[in-house]
Amino acid sequence: MCLGVPGKIIEVYESAGLKMAKVDFGGVFREACLSYVPEAQVGEYCVIHVGFAISLLSEKDALETLELLRQMGSLEEELGEEAR
Amino acid sequence: MKYVSEYRDAALVKNVIEEIRRTVTHPWTLMEICGGQTHSIVRHGIDQLLPPEIELVHGPGCPVCVTPLELIDKALSIASRPDVIFCSYGDMLRVPGSSRDLFSVKAQGGDVRVVYSPLDAVTLAQKNPDKQVVFFAIGFETTAPPNVMSVLQARRLGLKNFSILVSHVRVPPAIDAILSSPQNRVQGFLLAGHVNAVMGYWEYPSLAEKFKLPMVVTGFEPLDLVQGILQTVQLLEANQARVANAYQRAVTFEGLKPAQEAINTVFMECDRKWRGIGMIPMSGWGLRPEFDEFNAEKRFAVEAIHAEESPLCIAGQILQGLKKPHHCPAFGKQCTPESPLGATMVSSEGACAAYYRYGRAEELA
Ligand code: SF4
Repeated sequence: MCLGVPGKIIEVYESAGLKMAKVDFGGVFREACLSYVPEAQVGEYCVIHVGFAISLLSEKDALETLELLRQMGSLEEELGEEAR
Repeated sequence: MKYVSEYRDAALVKNVIEEIRRTVTHPWTLMEICGGQTHSIVRHGIDQLLPPEIELVHGPGCPVCVTPLELIDKALSIASRPDVIFCSYGDMLRVPGSSRDLFSVKAQGGDVRVVYSPLDAVTLAQKNPDKQVVFFAIGFETTAPPNVMSVLQARRLGLKNFSILVSHVRVPPAIDAILSSPQNRVQGFLLAGHVNAVMGYWEYPSLAEKFKLPMVVTGFEPLDLVQGILQTVQLLEANQARVANAYQRAVTFEGLKPAQEAINTVFMECDRKWRGIGMIPMSGWGLRPEFDEFNAEKRFAVEAIHAEESPLCIAGQILQGLKKPHHCPAFGKQCTPESPLGATMVSSEGACAAYYRYGRAEELA
């Protein structure tokens, strides 16, 4: 229950007074409540917990982290054994 | 999904593990607080890829595992009533109470339903005005915003037949309790990223300072986990007791303000008993008195229940990082996911279930 799953918002609408969204989890679709991230837009990624978006994922931060971690590998290659 | 899958990239994970190997000069014991992370670590074998200096112990961050036995027994008693539709997250159904579980209540004719979201329980209350709908609101800070929204929504809709049975717990008091124990071995914490997505991490610098150890906000994908471990080891090796964030794409220092406001509107801090561990002061959330009409414990007079744990189960020590599942004599023998003796064998986030499922015990034997 506690594992939040990242998904992509593909539709935003209102239901029973709450801001809701249709979310795509890699081909599986679910409804999620957007009350806590009202700024969320179609096309953005968010972490969904028990039917609620609890975090918008920043693509920029994700890509920056990946780049940093990739550099870690290339640094190792460049410096070879001496880096150990 | 674009970048999400890259966080499982094995080559990148290896790079980071190499970096950990280069960084480490001392043996260190780290605790991942969150059961979701325990599951991911054991599933991907991250604990086995790490250099031998680093030991991971598994924390109490599995809501199913720490929900107190007395409350499970209360849930069973309420769920057995003929006028009640009892709604729960799926993982709670097999959690053993003193003598049975929700699953057996259902088998005996109780109306027990698994819901995906607490809002589904509110909808059920709307559709069944002649029944009392009770939602079993358990969890850490991650399920609190959804759970309080069910109450706010029920109030907005004027529902008179909806209530929640609350057993909410919070991470910071648990960390304080673990580190205050004279037997504590933990030297650094991987913080539960999704808890911090909601709460931010402003509650943690005072803890890092008080106990003089580093804490790193960590995500759930393999790459997130090894990166969190790397940052913790770097801080330990540099003798720095502070909080760092290795999960920036999802977590900010302040967290999700609207969610924190909703929690504070509906809940207040209270003492809470943790299954296997005992009472931790101010470690839980309960309903504020203004919301008494939605409080299942007030609505249904449930007599004081005397609950008893299996004498074989050492889950309490496992949840505090003092022992590991394979140290339990009942592990895989009297206790399996099919017939669990303790809650840590039930949920996929429980350490015993993760070790059992991924065959970790045989490898360690
Ligand atoms: S293996 Fe079963 S009995 Fe042993 S600690 Fe885990 S849950 Fe308890």
